[in-house]
Amino acid sequence: MTSLVVAEHDNASIRGATFNTVTAAAQCGGEVHVLVAGHNAGEAAKQASQIAGVAKVIHAEGEHFAHGLAENIAAQVLAIAGNYSHILFPATASGKNIAPRVAAKLDVGQISDVTKVDSPDTFERPIYAGNAIAIVQSLDEKKVITVRTTGFDPAAASGGSASVETAAAVPDSGKSKFEGNEIAKNDRPELTAAKIIVSGGRALGSAEKFNEVMTPLADKLGAALGASRAAVDAGYAPNDWQVGQTGKIVAPQLYIAAGISGAIQHLAGMKDSKVIVAINKDPEAPIFSVADYGLEADLFTAIPELIAAL
Amino acid sequence: MKVLVPVKRVVDFNVKVRVKSDSTGVDIANVKMSMNPFDEIAVEEAVRLKEKGIATEVIAVSCGVQQCQETLRTAMAIGADRAILVETTDELQPLSVAKLLKALVDKEQPGLVILGKQAIDDDCNQTGQMLAALCDLPQATFASKIEIADGRAKVTREVDGGLETVSMSLPAIVTTDLRLNEPRYVTLPNIMKAKKKQMEVFKPADLGVDIKPHLKTLKVMDPPKRSAGVKVPDVATLVAKLKNEAKVI
Repeated sequence: MTSLVVAEHDNASIRGATFNTVTAAAQCGGEVHVLVAGHNAGEAAKQASQIAGVAKVIHAEGEHFAHGLAENIAAQVLAIAGNYSHILFPATASGKNIAPRVAAKLDVGQISDVTKVDSPDTFERPIYAGNAIAIVQSLDEKKVITVRTTGFDPAAASGGSASVETAAAVPDSGKSKFEGNEIAKNDRPELTAAKIIVSGGRALGSAEKFNEVMTPLADKLGAALGASRAAVDAGYAPNDWQVGQTGKIVAPQLYIAAGISGAIQHLAGMKDSKVIVAINKDPEAPIFSVADYGLEADLFTAIPELIAAL
Repeated sequence: MKVLVPVKRVVDFNVKVRVKSDSTGVDIANVKMSMNPFDEIAVEEAVRLKEKGIATEVIAVSCGVQQCQETLRTAMAIGADRAILVETTDELQPLSVAKLLKALVDKEQPGLVILGKQAIDDDCNQTGQMLAALCDLPQATFASKIEIADGRAKVTREVDGGLETVSMSLPAIVTTDLRLNEPRYVTLPNIMKAKKKQMEVFKPADLGVDIKPHLKTLKVMDPPKRSAGVKVPDVATLVAKLKNEAKVI
């Protein structure tokens, strides 16, 4: 029994969610191998080989892997899938894009967003925006899994000494082409890996106010910035800041929700945070029902005060 | 170009479901059911493609119980031209739905299939990608913009950290994200018109598809409860608690 983790990387380095996925893979029993399919991804493969608990890294090299197109990465996974009992992906935008393609080709059901490994064939996963937890047993010989990173601690980035093996690259599918991207560049931690997140809601009122009020708090705390769906829909914050059922699922040490009422879809994305602080004018806001510390106040006065007091 | 739009009947997004006392599932008896919100966005996008003269026909499809006909009528009230129901009372998992949809893709030969990225009941986020794999077609998931020109689809996708644009040969599979469009309100005259539109009904066996489950649900439980903490009177107390009690800053 051997598990394969399909690494998420930017060719130069391994992305955070991969480390949590390695932990989940180790809990499935047996050895853990990591696939790095990329373009000039030698550095990423080397990093993968140093992750604690990884026995082997398989490195597939090709220009058509540069941007992680689902068609090409899935084909590469399928080329080596025969060797593995479990194939795991992080439940990130990239992992969710690729994994079902692999599962369907193998004619197996996929277990999405696993938060706990009960046994090699039985897993826990949230359903209905986290309002229920299902324990599911896979009836297939091979298991294709996406791992909710908040359910597992990251494996140590160093301490491993896996061998790096080169695999023959599958050809380009030619059906899909990367045209470009707009990735926001900033020094903030990644939302899903941040220790502290400050998140703003509709009460901010405009994109300017959101930036003016929330950014200094995030700067002061070295935090990532998040937002509720209402704030994103209103254009106060970029789409990929959305925390919730259909956005990012986060579990930082500290989550500060300012001007967020707390719809169940939002709570689904952050209720596993260690400490939750809610700042809201409305004493009846549902966010207070999950907050460790609730402050009933106008955020426009409370947040500048908070920044001054930190 | 035909556009196929699969839609799912799910518990309405405003309903907070309860786990059944025997832990076999969630109680969905007598709760409001609606079209999965991401699928509504998919129908809207397909209808807009038709209004722009790019699509010639929009076909809505649903797989599930007889009541899915209501969901299909809603899709036709938004503007789909006709509907297909694959009717079964058996549990349908994403791989089975993808197989049923593949049979319909083979039959209807659409140029584009637009699906919701995930259903808000099982939160799986699988069917579109699985359909693409089974049909050997390219995919663009989590779309926030779709442009069709010269036999190709150019799709802007929501990815971690920002946006990505891919282009694909047609036919292709697209799954929708929240910001692709804002679905129109359904008007009464359109609801009346939808009642007269054609609805075909098949059984999975008619399509030659095996819908056996691949996962067995052993138990459904309540999530761990998070209890409300304390209200603090002012910012100074909050900072003191975070420093001394919670020790997170």
